[in-house]
Amino acid sequence: MRPRLAAWAFAAPLVAYLLVCYAYPLYTNVNLSVRGYTVRTFVHGGAPFVGFENYAAVLADPTFQKAVVNTVLFTAVSLVFQYTIGFALAVFFARDFPLSATLRALFLVPWLLPLIVSASTWAWLLNSESGLINALLGTKIHWLTSPEWSLVSVTIANIWIGVPFNLVVLYSGLRTIPPEVYEASSLDGASGWQTFRHVTFPMLRPVSAITLLLGLVYTLKVFDLIWIMTRGGPSGSSTTLATWSYELGFGSMLPRFGPSAAVGNVLILVSLVAGLLYIRAQERA
Amino acid sequence: MRRAALALLAAGLAACSSSTPAARDTFAVWDPYPQFAAESDWAKTIDKCGAEAGVKIQRQAFDTTDLTNKVLLAAQQRTAPQVLVVDNPVVSTLAEAGVLRPISEAGLDVSAAAPNLVSAGTLNGQTYGTPIGANTLALYYNKTVLTAAGVDPASIKDWASLDAALAKVKAAGKKGITFSAIGTEEGTFQFLPWFWGSGAALTDLASTQASGALELWKSWLDKGYAPNSVIGNTQTTSWQEFATGDYAFAENGTWQLQNAKKTGFEYGVIAIPGRTGGTAPAPTGGEFVTVPVQDDKATETTAGKIATCLTSPDRVLAADTALTYVSAVPSVQQHQIAAMPELKVWVDAVQNAKGRTGDNLGTRYPRISQPLWGAVQAALTGAKAPADALKEAQAAAAAAK
Repeated sequence: MRPRLAAWAFAAPLVAYLLVCYAYPLYTNVNLSVRGYTVRTFVHGGAPFVGFENYAAVLADPTFQKAVVNTVLFTAVSLVFQYTIGFALAVFFARDFPLSATLRALFLVPWLLPLIVSASTWAWLLNSESGLINALLGTKIHWLTSPEWSLVSVTIANIWIGVPFNLVVLYSGLRTIPPEVYEASSLDGASGWQTFRHVTFPMLRPVSAITLLLGLVYTLKVFDLIWIMTRGGPSGSSTTLATWSYELGFGSMLPRFGPSAAVGNVLILVSLVAGLLYIRAQERA
Repeated sequence: MRRAALALLAAGLAACSSSTPAARDTFAVWDPYPQFAAESDWAKTIDKCGAEAGVKIQRQAFDTTDLTNKVLLAAQQRTAPQVLVVDNPVVSTLAEAGVLRPISEAGLDVSAAAPNLVSAGTLNGQTYGTPIGANTLALYYNKTVLTAAGVDPASIKDWASLDAALAKVKAAGKKGITFSAIGTEEGTFQFLPWFWGSGAALTDLASTQASGALELWKSWLDKGYAPNSVIGNTQTTSWQEFATGDYAFAENGTWQLQNAKKTGFEYGVIAIPGRTGGTAPAPTGGEFVTVPVQDDKATETTAGKIATCLTSPDRVLAADTALTYVSAVPSVQQHQIAAMPELKVWVDAVQNAKGRTGDNLGTRYPRISQPLWGAVQAALTGAKAPADALKEAQAAAAAAK
């Protein structure tokens, strides 16, 4: 009996933490999304149960389709470029050379900067009137204020921010590959590309999987970057599910708690599915 | 995720609320002025008003965009502050939520304040606070640019003369006008003087007057009088464009007066003209002092005394001066002009201004404002023709509950 009790005592803080910080907020969010909250019932209680009405309203909203397409594009393009560039840099830094540690540290800067700083800086750079990027390219592209470019612009900024994370994780993954494997492949006469294709890449697969999964979850919920740069605009052209959820709940003076929570739950669900797929893939491997 | 965080905050607040003492000797005052430190005149005024009512004051300043949800959450947990200073269009939302006491019950008196300012705090015949002062929009101009272009600012009386002035500025190789057409409440706020100045009403976004106003803005972008960046400009970034000295005009608010003096060029201010002349009604900005609902009447009565003290003409002048607000009380407005003659144009603008939630729109206003800024964005980006964009906006506003 004693050791059992002790085991529970040790587990209790974690259980309490999970309940308070995960289960309760999640329950509240689900509850918000299935009730017809107005500002009055939010304060005084008594919001009627409306089932999936909020979800139906959100799904029928023309913004939903746009937000889903934007979220998919933003996430997929961000992940592909972050991962490819991060991988290339990791391989580059895998060979030690003078100042490589300093350079690697410099690459971390985008990741360490507060988002408000990097997003504002990107907004300045991409300003169509006085931005550095238009001046450099000699173009007059309305990066942030035309519906054709706004999503491209926020995606570029997001790639820039995400590369260091991929670099760091993949770099440490590369360090765990034993040098003997490379020695063997070079003795077998493998070319540089063949070594990468048949040694480095396959041996990094588990690390790649977790990098991409974390990247997916991070990117799905990106809100601050887009909000600071474009507010999801112009005309909703860079609205993702995350910014839309915020907009519904906090974007106007009359909050729409139910639909906002419903959109948030859709996002949670997508992340959850990705997580489950990952676990399944891990079990098979 | 954010909702989750809020829920957590709510849980935390709930935990704290259980220890409320029965007889309250410390009153919480929330305001949206984080720029005022504890040693500012504003903070000292609050302390004095608390002392007069025989209580201690605990002041907390929030970012204005955060305040609505903070108050709603606090009210849900029954930890609302005793006195709340809040942006005027939010008053009707909070009143609708049952968070605020009407002034008749809280013991406030608004009879000294200008009726056009009080209207923003009125819902279904009840008023829910006292305006602390008001700001509004007008056109700043750069004297150097206008002189070089041969434009006399006094000649700008209506849209046609403004258009002619912009054409001259462009011909002289300078930039015309900057404003904020961002897809948030700020965008609607900036569009309203043109919207109302055309004769349009918020109850009918699809009117020909309304499309006239949107066509005016669109034509400025098409002709190159206004930069494309206005689509993403906040009022602050729009001001930064004007501060470069390249622009002839900027639509901006009373709060930029202090910054205007730092630009290094000579500036002036004219009222925003109506379509066919006169001063266009601009929307009022500025906060209301309100008394949130409490569990006991005695607390509300004391809170009412503090609120009355904060908005009394002699006390409020210091706050209005610090905020560069025009007083809500007409007699005090005259004192302000006497002390600072350049405020005259702003006092005129405030006297012509309208509350966004006025005309008994109340909580319908946010449901109208959102489609309206959407239409402005759709038209300015060229995604839709102004009339079509406004027609859709009207349909959306009418369908919104």
